[in-house]
Amino acid sequence: MLIVIARRTVYMVATLAITSVLSFAIMAAPPGSALSQKISKLQAQGGEVTQAQIVALKEQYGVDDSWFVQYGKWVSGFWHGDFGFSFTLDQPVSSIIWSRLGLTLALSIGSLLIAWGLSIPLGVFSATHRNSLPDSVIKVIQFIGVAIPEFLLALVVMVFAVEWFDTDVGGLFSSQYEDAAWSFAKFADLLGHLWVPLIVIAAGSTAWLTRVMRANLLDVLNDQYVQTARAKGVSERKVIWKHAVRNSLHPMVMTFGTTFPVLISGEAIVSIVLNLPTIGPLLVNSLLSKDMYVAGTILLMLSALLVIGNFVADILLAVIDPRIRLGE
Amino acid sequence: MSQSYAEEGASAAALADTPDETADPVLSVRDLEVEFPTPLGVVGALNGVTFDVPRGKVLGIVGESGCGKSVTARAILQIIEKPGRITGGTITLRGQDTQTEITKLGPDSARMRALRGREIAMIFQEPMRSLNPVHTIGAQIAEAVLLHQTRDRKQAHERAVEILRQVGMPHPEAVATSYPHQLSGGMRQRAMIAMALSCNPGLLIADEPTTALDVTTEAQILELIRDVRDRSGMSVMFITHSMGVVAQLCDEVIVMYLGRIVERGSVDDLFHDPKHPYTQALLRSIPRIGGDRKVPLEVIEGSVPDPHTRVAGCPFHPRCPQAIPGRCDTAFPGRSTAGPGHTVHCHLHDDDAAGHTEPGEDA
Repeated sequence: MLIVIARRTVYMVATLAITSVLSFAIMAAPPGSALSQKISKLQAQGGEVTQAQIVALKEQYGVDDSWFVQYGKWVSGFWHGDFGFSFTLDQPVSSIIWSRLGLTLALSIGSLLIAWGLSIPLGVFSATHRNSLPDSVIKVIQFIGVAIPEFLLALVVMVFAVEWFDTDVGGLFSSQYEDAAWSFAKFADLLGHLWVPLIVIAAGSTAWLTRVMRANLLDVLNDQYVQTARAKGVSERKVIWKHAVRNSLHPMVMTFGTTFPVLISGEAIVSIVLNLPTIGPLLVNSLLSKDMYVAGTILLMLSALLVIGNFVADILLAVIDPRIRLGE
Repeated sequence: MSQSYAEEGASAAALADTPDETADPVLSVRDLEVEFPTPLGVVGALNGVTFDVPRGKVLGIVGESGCGKSVTARAILQIIEKPGRITGGTITLRGQDTQTEITKLGPDSARMRALRGREIAMIFQEPMRSLNPVHTIGAQIAEAVLLHQTRDRKQAHERAVEILRQVGMPHPEAVATSYPHQLSGGMRQRAMIAMALSCNPGLLIADEPTTALDVTTEAQILELIRDVRDRSGMSVMFITHSMGVVAQLCDEVIVMYLGRIVERGSVDDLFHDPKHPYTQALLRSIPRIGGDRKVPLEVIEGSVPDPHTRVAGCPFHPRCPQAIPGRCDTAFPGRSTAGPGHTVHCHLHDDDAAGHTEPGEDA
């Protein structure tokens, strides 16, 4: 087992190195740079920008270097926590991301928990009451949940939140708490704002995972060992949860690896609609403005999440299934 | 449709002649009917099955795929796969001095669950798939023991190891802590048998337990079942499609075709004096050592009819070489006695020429 973990760690680092090179190369491929925007901005502000200044700026930011030299500079900073400098925001990348990371993680993990917490019982119920009325209702809701675009759902939920609950939607805090110090009231206000994005982000994956759970359980319920358990005199409830559900969790666990980064990128659209300061909109903006170091760092972070998520999923699989644990 | 079933039920009840041969059966099945509603119509999996399982003996049930052997077994334990359900008839379990009518118990009722594993145990066709891959062998056996015999986990585990040793499992302690995928097919079936025997059931239902195993392992498993029966006086209902296994193991045999019993008798009767054309054909289709190799083996013409159609009259008549036109295709033959304990449903052997009419219909 330890050998497996060690081997996987080496693979993970290699994968991350390759993705970082690739993402950086792709970003550097189109002509122009964030600097040209900065220069035109300076010119628009009426400042006389001399050729010498431009050369000095280019020198400072190193934009005329080939992309792999830039990549080298960027990567070499990693060891002391330096992820480069944002051209457009004039701040170190690490501090920009750091300030948004907490909220992003809270939203993603929160919606992941909601999705799992709802989809397993719903999927089990749906499968054990196959083709009944509640099953059909759940199926219809699933289809809507999978099919509806998140921005649309965000708008709809916003409308309902304002109309029915009189909630102040958009942003994280009501105006009176915006600059207030942390207090319980401020925290409650934060929660009051967070439920809308949580529902919207969780909706799609909940619907999807419910479908996965239902389909798997239906498969497993046909397996002979489920009959064996019944023939032993095990109660139906225990047959379902101890024997069948336990064996139908594999695909759920496997999706764990992929859902995490999907949640963060899915969160981008919702955050733009709801005006939330998370990583998603930051990534979109940095890609638009060719802010290489910001975009590169976020992409690297997303791939790291993907790789780590898969790693965690593999370990979880080994925990729930002895065939994987003892097979190697 | 309901009307025709009511008619059939009435006529079957009129015919409900109890098989009287064994005075003390462990299980009595009367006019059992099982249906599977499907999108294409209702499939009658069992259409009035009546038999007894004699105490302390091995009853073989033979027939080709889809004839209702496995459904009969699952009906007895009330574990028929949804949406299948018992629509008529009774199943009665007879203990030494108690009687339980299984068909009156709810499938997930506490009393039904108390019977499963405790009074009637079952082993299945594919040992590869009939053990749960994520629990250890010991835990799966102990689960049955914990349900029916003791609440003490340590005792249950000890019982699991002991029963594994009794079924001849090498290294029972090690096997108890291993997972199904670490065992061979034969060992898994041994473990299944151990699980079935763990609570000393009065009746063991074996649903083609050796079909997926090689011949050597099959012989060992059959030997084990014989041994268990001799030692504990357990009754066995052994479902198979292999006449060879029947000859080796069984005392009495039931031949099923399309959800009906067509012939019943002792092994000797059936092998030496088969009455039903289907039984005769089954026996002729077995290769014999020393037989003329140049003569091709006989096959039964045609195939089992589509389950969605109800065959009028005797279900075998479309494939039967001796079918009597106007008779076999209109009425299901009643039971006629061919000898002591040997009965057959066939117009060729009718005592009373009447039989009973059976309306055919497309479901």
